[in-house]
Amino acid sequence: MSIIFDHVTHKYEAGTTMEKPALKDINLVINDGEFIGLIGHTGSGKSTLIQHMNGLLKPTEGTVYVDGEDICGKGYSLKSLRSRVGLVFQYPEHQLFESSVLLDVEFGPKNMGLTQLEIQYRAFEALKSVGIGDDLIDASPFELSGGQKRRVAIAGVLAMKPKVLILDEPTAGLDPAGRDEILGLIRRIHEESGITVILVSHSMEDVANYVDRIIVMNDAKVVLEGPPKTVFANCDALESIGLSVPQVTRISADLKNLGLPVRPDSITIEEAADELAALYKRLH
Amino acid sequence: MIRDITIGQYYPENSIIHRLDPRVKLAGTLVFLVSLFLFKSFWGYIPAVIFLFTCIHLSKVPFKHIVKGLKAVVVLLSFTLLANIFFTKGTDLVFSWKFIKIYREGLEMAGFMAIRLTLLITGSSLMTYTTTPTKLTDGLERAFAPLKLFKAPVHEVATMMSIALRFIPVLLEETDKIMKAQQARGADFEEGGLIKRAKAMIPILIPLFISAFRRAGDLAMAMEVRCYHGGEGRTKMKPLKYKLRDLIAYLILAAYLAVVIFIGKKLH
Repeated sequence: MSIIFDHVTHKYEAGTTMEKPALKDINLVINDGEFIGLIGHTGSGKSTLIQHMNGLLKPTEGTVYVDGEDICGKGYSLKSLRSRVGLVFQYPEHQLFESSVLLDVEFGPKNMGLTQLEIQYRAFEALKSVGIGDDLIDASPFELSGGQKRRVAIAGVLAMKPKVLILDEPTAGLDPAGRDEILGLIRRIHEESGITVILVSHSMEDVANYVDRIIVMNDAKVVLEGPPKTVFANCDALESIGLSVPQVTRISADLKNLGLPVRPDSITIEEAADELAALYKRLH
Repeated sequence: MIRDITIGQYYPENSIIHRLDPRVKLAGTLVFLVSLFLFKSFWGYIPAVIFLFTCIHLSKVPFKHIVKGLKAVVVLLSFTLLANIFFTKGTDLVFSWKFIKIYREGLEMAGFMAIRLTLLITGSSLMTYTTTPTKLTDGLERAFAPLKLFKAPVHEVATMMSIALRFIPVLLEETDKIMKAQQARGADFEEGGLIKRAKAMIPILIPLFISAFRRAGDLAMAMEVRCYHGGEGRTKMKPLKYKLRDLIAYLILAAYLAVVIFIGKKLH
């Protein structure tokens, strides 16, 4: 499932006085099986970009290709696209509506027109993969805790067995333990099923540890793109557009600026610790 | 799509009409609406149209914007038009085919009603185009203040109104978000018959109600934390005060009303 953006521009309220560009000439290729981090501050166009991937929004100019097909083409089935490109919105627990957890997760597969057996099988499987036990499947989704609700909502999308999973700020409003749990869950899903995952976040620490490639957006454009190390090497550029880099990267860069011979591109605490230990040994 | 409904939404501008005291605009709207029922001939429309168009011009709200707002009531308008054309009985037959009979009186009546309805809607929406919800409820509260003597909860009703108005755009945005989230799960709101479509609304309505209740709870909590206790002894940051321009506006209103009454009495 590759997704290609070819000169995509999107304007809200196109043709009126309130016209506002949210995407400007975006060119992107998202390959099969990648784990991508999409970062940028509020209003940079992240959410607009991901809504183009499953056809919720249509480009004002340019084309989006999924698996080589133009998703705005005549006769293209958006419904089938949406089951292949699963999109989990911010605060997905706000979309729960059924009387039981199981029924809510079944909503997606039901809309795909599967058999009852397949629907139930997928729902159970999805709930198991997000760690919701059998004791909770008949509970009302509104009785669950915040973290549980969010996992149920994610299961609701997973049950459609998408080839691409997009998550918009999946850790927003969670405590550190809940955050690690959700991120670990996403990583496990990526490793076990090999699907493409696109993680939208404004927290550098979140993405640095997990993703293969980072796409940075600012002011409706893609400004940086590449593996985490390459992207975070641009400390100052990132900070000038209002994004922070992981703390250890900042410290390494500062040490380097002070004239110490350290690599400035450490992105995890372990890496930085090893680097500093090696430096300490060399100096003594 | 859902945000295309422009009727009644505040249009920010800095015009003399926008700056008028909301009480003047409330009185003005009331006078204008009443004035439309004071005459039975087309002559009465001349001052009404002149008055309304002058106000629109002064308000700097683009005419296009106002026409766009009228789109929402096209159904109501055409229904009135057709009902009047086909069901008014008269003496001067213009057209007849089988059981359909159209009289000259019917056509006149239809035209008369259509203009009246258009003016009614445009007149009252001009007030909401030029007055923020906060000012509007402020004005209402002051205008109905005398009712407090009879223990009417004027302040409470005004507060409820302003909260309700304030939440309209919030809930519209929320609806949009929930619709998209359910569409991402394969929901379809455009296909199928009436019953299927009504059922398709459930996944939107339930989360919407829950979020409305949650917001209401949060708001009530926030108000309580700030010791809100209703109208008694409450002062305002920006109390309403009449200025010279408001007095002039009242005089113009009175003059307009006099002209319309005169025309209604003299010209049939």
